[in-house]
Amino acid sequence: MELLYEFLNTLKATIVDVIPILSIILVFQLLVIRKPIPKVKQVGFGFLYVLIGLALFLLGLEKALFPLGKMMAEQLTDPSFIYAGQELNASTSWLDYTWVYVFAAAIGFSTTIAEPSLIAVAIKAEEVSGGGIKANSLRISVAIGVSIGIALGSYRIVAGHPIHYYIITGYIIVVIQTMFCPKMIIPLAYDSGGVTTSTVTVPLVAALGLGLASTIPGRSPLIDGFGLIAFASLCPIIAVMAYAQLTQINTQEKQQKKK
Amino acid sequence: MHQQLIVFLKSLIGSCKDLLPIILVIAFFQFVVLQQPLPNLGDIFVGLVLVVLGLTFFIYGLEMGLFPIGESMAQSFARKGSIWWLLTFAFCLGFGTTVAEPSLIAVAKEAANVAANGGIIELSDVAQAEYANGLRFTVAFSVGLAIVVGVLRIIRGWPIHYLIIGGYVMVVIMTAFAPKWIIGIAYDSGGVTTSTITVPLVTALGVGLASAIKGRNPMIDGFGLIAFASLTPMVFVMAYGMAIGG
Repeated sequence: MELLYEFLNTLKATIVDVIPILSIILVFQLLVIRKPIPKVKQVGFGFLYVLIGLALFLLGLEKALFPLGKMMAEQLTDPSFIYAGQELNASTSWLDYTWVYVFAAAIGFSTTIAEPSLIAVAIKAEEVSGGGIKANSLRISVAIGVSIGIALGSYRIVAGHPIHYYIITGYIIVVIQTMFCPKMIIPLAYDSGGVTTSTVTVPLVAALGLGLASTIPGRSPLIDGFGLIAFASLCPIIAVMAYAQLTQINTQEKQQKKK
Repeated sequence: MHQQLIVFLKSLIGSCKDLLPIILVIAFFQFVVLQQPLPNLGDIFVGLVLVVLGLTFFIYGLEMGLFPIGESMAQSFARKGSIWWLLTFAFCLGFGTTVAEPSLIAVAKEAANVAANGGIIELSDVAQAEYANGLRFTVAFSVGLAIVVGVLRIIRGWPIHYLIIGGYVMVVIMTAFAPKWIIGIAYDSGGVTTSTITVPLVTALGVGLASAIKGRNPMIDGFGLIAFASLTPMVFVMAYGMAIGG
């Protein structure tokens, strides 16, 4: 009974979020385009399913994954775990945080696989490319990108390096890759940077970053705690273009062998 | 009915597979690394069932509702031939969906909290709310602008990388002048703007436009709207930080 009550509350919040989108669509459809919506019944039900689905999804995350994931992020960054068996205030090496990096990479990969907006873009990309791009391969390359990004971002917080050196280096890599990469993949690669980080990834990753920044002596949450998400949106761009380049090289080699 | 059930079950299994990595990661870290038992096993089980069901419904509704409406609107606008209305729609869609975005609200609040404790702004609820709202509207405006530029690009057929690389150059220049405490937040705000409902809609809009306009390739021209929406907030949030001072 309590679960039903919670579900209705989440559903209400989801509907409130969707109202701006829905009203923009309706106003433009009715006042500017001035045509009835094609297959209005199907679209209506589609919206309903999306709302119910999103509410269930969020409620489930709240109940199962977020508390656990956040707790783990806190425990793994807790001084008593990291410095276990060591004298406190001993000079800390970045190697003391190995489990943090492994956790960062693993949680980045796994949450990206479950990210609904990435699933949406991947479905569309497979459809538009006529199957040339496989939805699952795209999702896996993005997830690898996110996991490398978040691990690297955690290392940056531990090492205390300024964020912009990393991001600017990343940009330079993206620019170089853009010159050599198949034209078809470029817009999709750029897009995959933005879609990776939404419902599932952001709350967990933010908890990890802030936890890490408040544990390590000399780090301020204000300057060092943020920025993990930026890594998570930059690295997938590189990963997706790398995936396209590898596929291209692979097919070229095969063609050469045939000759 | 029977066939529908099979389709539903198939996508249910797909959702289970999508979720499996998270379950494995959490289990590994809980039992092997932290060596602790799972608290509230019942709650976790119920939660996982809800997540799987939710993902299945979401993907089902996506292909029934969100994709078709995005594409049909793009085609209607293309047939109508009024660029101004299309751009107005693009701006409203970007602004309207971002300003109420829960993850943005959360990040803005957190940023205000941290800024107040860091002595950037006054340590009062009013000052914090003002700061958070300013951040939110800045990001929302920049996303609206991003979708406008992105749609214009699809119409004109500009190659995307010049615009994106131009944006990067701008980010790099701004980074040199913006106050240090805003940089992390600015870089992050690019990632949080695009919500689960906006992404499919905007993607369908771009692909629909590119297929409706002659000479555009949906693969090369249709994607890329979200890339703009994650780039402009960085520039605008840094500008916001410079305006506030520091």
